[in-house]
Amino acid sequence: MFFAALFQTLVGQVVTVELKNDLCIRGTLLSVDPYLNVRLADVVVTEPEAFPALLALRHSCTVRGSCVRYVHLPPDQVDVQLLQDATRQVASAVKAARVRPVGE
Amino acid sequence: MQSAGSAAEGASTNGALTGGSILGEPSDLVRLCLDELVYVKLRGERELVGRLHGYDQHLNMVVGDAEETVMSTEVDEETFEQIVRTRKRKLPLVFVRGDTLILISPLFRQSGASR
Repeated sequence: MFFAALFQTLVGQVVTVELKNDLCIRGTLLSVDPYLNVRLADVVVTEPEAFPALLALRHSCTVRGSCVRYVHLPPDQVDVQLLQDATRQVASAVKAARVRPVGE
Repeated sequence: MQSAGSAAEGASTNGALTGGSILGEPSDLVRLCLDELVYVKLRGERELVGRLHGYDQHLNMVVGDAEETVMSTEVDEETFEQIVRTRKRKLPLVFVRGDTLILISPLFRQSGASR
């Protein structure tokens, strides 16, 4: 959920998605869902010679979140300080949610 | 509910054992790694060293200024010797999906670890 929100802020940016089968797809981020499935537009396979079956891939594609290994993000588009603060907040909220039922 | 209560008791005694620090759970250790250099071991003979900028409960994470090392072993056809090849590359800012993660460790011992 938390990273879905991060990707939401990157909609419209060019990202590279690296899959677990080493396939790299570069494209404009169209949308993300809570499962981190990502929809890309104007996709380019960075090593087409390794994946000739994907030569036809041109316009857009949806990648299942579970197949993703990395998403290379544009560093100038991500406020890492904000990300760290949000991470701390979410981590303590998650922990509080786990601990709270005890007091009752 | 009963089991949840006893689990929390365990956590609090654990906290007492560690001098009342917040180091009660594995996730707390990861939290201390935020904005620190971390070593991350991933599936597929991959390792990352970089600065941890964010993570969630699945251990999806965002790592900055990372160097990825991919190790691959090949067997020499004639001598049957195993040759380990390592490839390195720089990743300026990368999101890592948590299901490939094996372990995460702070790269340097932190001075404020007892915070």
